[in-house]
Amino acid sequence: MTARIGVITFPGSLDDTDAQRAIRLAGAEPVALWHGSHDLEGVDALVLPGGFSYGDYLRAGAIAARAPIMAEVKDAAERGMPILGICNGFQMLVEAHLLPGGLIRNAHQQFIRRDQRLRVENASTAWTSQFEVGQEITIPLKNADGGYICSAETLKQIEGDGLVAFRYVGVNPNGSLDDIAGVTNARGNVVGLMPHPEHAVEAGFGPNTPDAMRSGVDGLAFFTSALAAVTTAAA
Amino acid sequence: MPTIVVDVMPKAELLDPQGKAVAGALDRLGHTGFSGVRIGKRFELTVDTADEATLAAVKTIADEILSNAVIEDVVGIEVVE
Repeated sequence: MTARIGVITFPGSLDDTDAQRAIRLAGAEPVALWHGSHDLEGVDALVLPGGFSYGDYLRAGAIAARAPIMAEVKDAAERGMPILGICNGFQMLVEAHLLPGGLIRNAHQQFIRRDQRLRVENASTAWTSQFEVGQEITIPLKNADGGYICSAETLKQIEGDGLVAFRYVGVNPNGSLDDIAGVTNARGNVVGLMPHPEHAVEAGFGPNTPDAMRSGVDGLAFFTSALAAVTTAAA
Repeated sequence: MPTIVVDVMPKAELLDPQGKAVAGALDRLGHTGFSGVRIGKRFELTVDTADEATLAAVKTIADEILSNAVIEDVVGIEVVE
């Protein structure tokens, strides 16, 4: 069985084809899905890609989070389907209340693009099982609204329950609370992060590493993790 | 036709990067005495009638769509003729 991983395209999505490519390189079959549909086409996992859906009007991800297909996405999340939100997709997941907290304008007010070091804090989710806790990875980051915030009460809860999936290392690029780069839900099937794993999946097209320019492929393990989760679930 | 105005502000305890940038600019321009600036949003909803049912609907819309309770508060809903 080849795992089928859907990528939902919203008006203003930018990295949907990159996510499809990453899925293919990880050994799964990418399935292009459309925001206006109510059909997940029987996929085994889902990626909500990066971009600027609806021009970030109202709040980043807010309008896309209320797209027709999001009803099915919420049902799928409830059933335990692996769902990854990248950048704008992460913003949609918090707007849809599938993940805790919120994302606001970067503290320095600037759009930022950099190869970002992260520390894996939770390697038990559907999207991080191929990492090890404490492992440091580098993947590209590019956003204007990446500041992770939540109430003091929520922060205490997500830190206490191990729901912080990734933390920024070296530089906190946007003023996120506790250097939080990504979070998971309690079940571990829904994960969101601001940096872009799909841009670090093929040597020659990834972030720079000490070994060679653009040779970073740390993002691939997100997608092979999902593949492992789907294969385990089917077994 | 009546207009219903909804005002939304970032939560007081959370950082408002836009307001902070404007406060910095004011100070730089010599407008002293402003210790803080916070920037919110104003929504103007044009309606046929501003009856109780419409206001109740606006309250729901304001809480569930126009604002995100995690990061913002609805600070006012007002009918303007």
